[in-house]
Amino acid sequence: MIRLRKLARAASVLTTPLAPEDILALFNPVFSARQLRGVVTKVVPETADSATIHFRPGRGWKAHKAGQWARIGVELDGVRHWRSYSLSAPAGQDPAITVSDVGAVSGVLVRTTRPGDVLFLAPPQGDFVLPEHPRPLLMLTAGSGITPVMSMIRTLVPHRPDADVVLIHSARTPQDSIFHEELSELADQFPNFRVTHWYTGERGRMDFGSPAQLEDLCPDWRQRAAYACGPEGFLDDAEALWSAEAAAHVEAAPGPFAADPINLIIERFNTSLLGGAGHDGGLVTFEASDREVEADGNTPLLDVGEDAGVLMPSGCRMGICHSCLTPLRAGHVRDLRTGEVHGEPGQLIQTCVSAAAGPVNLEI
Amino acid sequence: MTAISDRTAAESTSINGPTAKPRPGALATSGSPLVRPPAAAHLTDEQVAELGRELDAIKDEVLAKRGASDAAYIRRVIKVQRGLEISGRAALLMGRNKAAWITGTTLLSVAKILENMEIGHNILHGQWDWMRDPDIHSTTWEWDFVTPARSWQHTHNDLHHRWTNVVGRDNDVGYNLLRMDADQPWKPHNLGNPLYNAILAPIFEWGIAIYDLELVDYQEGKKTKEAMQRDLKALGRKVVTQFTKDYAATPAVAMLTGSGKQALYGTLTANAVRNVWAHAVIFCGHFPEGADTFTEEMVEGETRGDWYVRQMIGSANISGSKFMHLMTGNLSHQIEHHLFPDLPSNRYGEVAPKVQEICKRYGLPYTTGPLLKQVGSSWAKVFKLALPGKKKS
Repeated sequence: MIRLRKLARAASVLTTPLAPEDILALFNPVFSARQLRGVVTKVVPETADSATIHFRPGRGWKAHKAGQWARIGVELDGVRHWRSYSLSAPAGQDPAITVSDVGAVSGVLVRTTRPGDVLFLAPPQGDFVLPEHPRPLLMLTAGSGITPVMSMIRTLVPHRPDADVVLIHSARTPQDSIFHEELSELADQFPNFRVTHWYTGERGRMDFGSPAQLEDLCPDWRQRAAYACGPEGFLDDAEALWSAEAAAHVEAAPGPFAADPINLIIERFNTSLLGGAGHDGGLVTFEASDREVEADGNTPLLDVGEDAGVLMPSGCRMGICHSCLTPLRAGHVRDLRTGEVHGEPGQLIQTCVSAAAGPVNLEI
Repeated sequence: MTAISDRTAAESTSINGPTAKPRPGALATSGSPLVRPPAAAHLTDEQVAELGRELDAIKDEVLAKRGASDAAYIRRVIKVQRGLEISGRAALLMGRNKAAWITGTTLLSVAKILENMEIGHNILHGQWDWMRDPDIHSTTWEWDFVTPARSWQHTHNDLHHRWTNVVGRDNDVGYNLLRMDADQPWKPHNLGNPLYNAILAPIFEWGIAIYDLELVDYQEGKKTKEAMQRDLKALGRKVVTQFTKDYAATPAVAMLTGSGKQALYGTLTANAVRNVWAHAVIFCGHFPEGADTFTEEMVEGETRGDWYVRQMIGSANISGSKFMHLMTGNLSHQIEHHLFPDLPSNRYGEVAPKVQEICKRYGLPYTTGPLLKQVGSSWAKVFKLALPGKKKS
């Protein structure tokens, strides 16, 4: 590897200002360490509006842990767009993402991706991963929230006879339920894995207002490490139930070991943007890029920059992944989730959930 | 969200701090400059404003169409250029063979021309930034030309495109070397005008590198010592890598086949060919007969429409084949390029007839002609202005 790098440096004498990899990329697009790419190897339809895209990443990718996500760059009408997707393949295998058609980028991924296509990649990230030590698990998922959990189940269940996993998965109908067949097969094959499908089309949404329904499906839920992934309302309700239980527990048995007796790990997929509407924006200056744009008070600075042709870092576009952090040089921004106005020079701004509150200077 | 700025920025304003710059998008939409250029003196304020709106509409039309086919275009040009570059260099490695030398030198010359003109110049203008591809972006691109991309972007995008042909503001009027406008005071050394220009052509990239250092600004104290040191360092690094590639590494590898000397002559020739070509094309941009220059009064109070007018009547096109347009980096559409410096170059051709029609309708000159005529016209100016004499107007 080191010899390769030395060779590349020697060759760059002849290719400057380009790097040798720019020339090699003429023959193989994945051959770029500067821009990590992957070649699609297989596309498997899951439901009517979702598909799993398998890809072979180029150099610079690092193997993912079960439950992590990665940023994927796709070109739409010539323009690069980045989105974050959970990896659904088990740890130790080539990565795959399972995408539901819910927006412009995911729609293109689901409907037009073919083997041989090139995807742009960023290495996997995320803390929504399996516990270090084996313990009984409860997985609560809804809709496409199953994807990171599927990676965990595929990693754990077939290989660890000592695993003990209960999955309660909500979907509208059996037809809408991603991985439906594989989950049933796994449950048949491995006694250490139990799955309950909850069809909201028939039974309505699961009620987390009281522990009753959960208790019914998984009587020992309090003893399990719980993982939840799904739409925001679903997660908020689950979170409320867990904190109510924790509070009740503390009250019942106060003491040094009473705090946080049960835990719930959550992966959020979307965030509603409320604040900012109707507020004034301002002139946004992208200093290093030497661009200026007049922005309104409810457009994320990320969109403002991208529309102005600035190379903005981006990821989830929902305020979760912090891939978009950009140093603020001057001015104030409004957090579109809370409406809070803040800003100190040097502060790192999440551009995907921040809008201009008056004139703003960004370092990029 | 509105008004996306391009890179043709100017001085600072107080409200937005020292880094904020007004630009054409921020110019007034109504009113008039102190003096309108003679070629546009017949237009009323309202006509100029209307002309501005028409040109804005042309730009918006292209922006709405810009997409996958444009992205494929620039990637194709880059691919072809890199193919030419490596085949040319490979052929030169066997330069002892005459046919290999001619092939290698030709391919490398064409590759260098494409790299500088259609690829480098246009990417550095930000014409392809909308793709958000970090490999084809004005903030990351470096070119096969001695002057560092960032230095050139400053003198070219910020200064020349903002102050196009304003004598005293736009140093591209003669590059601090030649007397290219009758309003520039004559001095005895201007007698050497044609000689200087003849020497400049084959070493054009070095001339531009020195020009981009803004030595005059430094002497006058308008450029800080730190900025000068930074620019010199960047240029030094670039000179070393460029020089090594063409005049040391390539001949050294060619020595394996006993073609060291021939390879050196090949790279020298290719660079000279590119320099002469770039010099010719660039001189056709603003110096042929018909392209106007302007005074400071003409930009004082300039509106968006007036800015457009100045770009149109201060620039000159070259007519010719599709291949010619490609080899000039579409600077043969200099007028369209100056109106819309950050539109993708492959779109200038379709915009040109609309711009020409607007010029005709508003009674404004639209200067164009075949390459030889335009080159001849700008050389005539070089000779004429070697001698003292004022503008007639």
